[in-house]
Amino acid sequence: MEIIISILAGIIFAVAVYNLLQKQMVRIIIGTVLISHAAHLFILTMGKLKRGQPPILTEGITSYTDPLPQALILTSIVISFGLTSLMLVLAYRTAKENNTDNMEQLRGKPNE
Amino acid sequence: MNNLAIFPIIFPLFAGTILAFTHSKVNISRQLAKLFASINLFIAIYLVYYVSQKGTIVLETGDWVAPYGIVIVMDMLSVALILTTNIIVIATVFYAPHSLNIKQEKHYFYAFFFFLISGVSGAFLTGDLFNLFVFFEVLLIASYALIVLGGDKVQLRESLKYVLINVFSSILFVTAVAFLYGVVGTVNMAQIAERVQEVDQQGILTTIGILLFFVFATKAALFPLYYWLPKSYIVPNPVVSAIFAALLTKVGIYSIIRVFSLIFVHQLDLTHDMFIWIAGLSMIFGVIGALSTNNIKLIIAYNIIPAIGFIMMGIGFYNQSGMSGSIYYLIHDMIIKSALFLLVGIIAYVAGTSDLRKMKGLINTYPLLGWLLFIGAFILAGIPPFSGFIAKLQLLKGAFENGEIVIALIALGTSLLILYSVMKIFIRGFWGKQPSEQNIEKKPISGMVAPVIFLLSFSVILGIGAEIFVPTIDSIAEYLLDPQIYIDSVLKE
Repeated sequence: MEIIISILAGIIFAVAVYNLLQKQMVRIIIGTVLISHAAHLFILTMGKLKRGQPPILTEGITSYTDPLPQALILTSIVISFGLTSLMLVLAYRTAKENNTDNMEQLRGKPNE
Repeated sequence: MNNLAIFPIIFPLFAGTILAFTHSKVNISRQLAKLFASINLFIAIYLVYYVSQKGTIVLETGDWVAPYGIVIVMDMLSVALILTTNIIVIATVFYAPHSLNIKQEKHYFYAFFFFLISGVSGAFLTGDLFNLFVFFEVLLIASYALIVLGGDKVQLRESLKYVLINVFSSILFVTAVAFLYGVVGTVNMAQIAERVQEVDQQGILTTIGILLFFVFATKAALFPLYYWLPKSYIVPNPVVSAIFAALLTKVGIYSIIRVFSLIFVHQLDLTHDMFIWIAGLSMIFGVIGALSTNNIKLIIAYNIIPAIGFIMMGIGFYNQSGMSGSIYYLIHDMIIKSALFLLVGIIAYVAGTSDLRKMKGLINTYPLLGWLLFIGAFILAGIPPFSGFIAKLQLLKGAFENGEIVIALIALGTSLLILYSVMKIFIRGFWGKQPSEQNIEKKPISGMVAPVIFLLSFSVILGIGAEIFVPTIDSIAEYLLDPQIYIDSVLKE
């Protein structure tokens, strides 16, 4: 199970990097969204995947889910959510000011 | 009294929240910001005193015992950096009203400013690797708001790049933490350090270490990863540039110092030798950038990169003199970079341009400004008796102890070129006759010059009073070279 999820995370990483290297702003932002998803999946995998066990450790219980990765992911999701909305606003403003959403056309002196 | 350790994080957060409510009343905001900055400075001074007397403070938040909960570790290194931060904060807060326009101040400048300080202090204090990521985000999100404050075309373009590069490296940071968690099963830095020594396959740890180094090097703008820095640091207001230059890259380099003196010290011949080469290349390429441009702001911005190289060099040597040189240089550079950015902000303001080719003979109207730049250049290049000299002396001593002659020569050559790059501003901008068609009406700058004098005097004290500071910094270096002290103080074994 861990191997499958790791490969999945790797594929999402690859797709995200492809999107990050595009010229259109919205695609770049989609790339950042995807790359954060990949990282979160990856954290979850690192805590070992088990189904149907609560994250509780008391006497007599031998099988439990590791709660720490979930806490880390939750924190990270909130941050990347905020960042995505910030970037959307930033891209919108930039596109409106410059009349283009193509990063390539933003180069050079006329846009300063 | 352990709760003291959280003060440098909580207080700016509180100040920022208050200032967010008073944003529309600019006068009240200014006075409150000055008041809060002063209180914060006094807290920092008291903490330095307290830590130097009583030793490291470890705060286990919510009373969760060390490896399980989040710990705040306040040792001499972090408390010294917090004091330096607050010295810079107070100077920039006094400078800000003269440099920003009312609209920028109304749009939550002071609130974001204090949130940034909160994040920076948090990054210096935390003893938990994931928490370090969270504080990185706190300071970065505040910096995203500050860099775009004003909303010019060029600002929007540069901040888009700045946000993207930082988002990408943050995600890599999370991934690296996940890897590390998978291998050692903890995110507490002290416990990671303890377990790293017990892991059988050290190769995987080195890989994770390099991944983390990549993340911190992006934030700190080291050699192959500095391309985003110069342009994005010159677009915001000089106040914002000054705090960025003084604090943000330095948080990155602090993380490298912490992580690569505490956790990844098992394969020094690979990681730390690589650091020395990266340091040398950062110095060369940074100073070439500084020489290549006629934009005075860009000259100073490019000078950040060789400075990071100097600090990196000492970490690479990983010996007593090298480490203490690095820490001395770190503190020295935080102060002098903010002073120079503020100074260049004044020069661009009085000259009406930041293009060196269009300014001439400023010394006739503003003699004080010229001499301040002159002293600033000397401090930056490391001319004795100023602080840069002491730091570089220590670093070179470290280099010769390890027999690294090439890097020592590169460092010395770079220092000369740094001096030339800043002197160029002095020679071309201040010497000569002012063109007659230019109206030689004197602009009031005393409010802006005072904070610069304040910062420069600290640099001078740091150089002349080296006898007072060097033993403390030596003891910090000694402390860093023995990770066991940190581990014991956090895990209390």
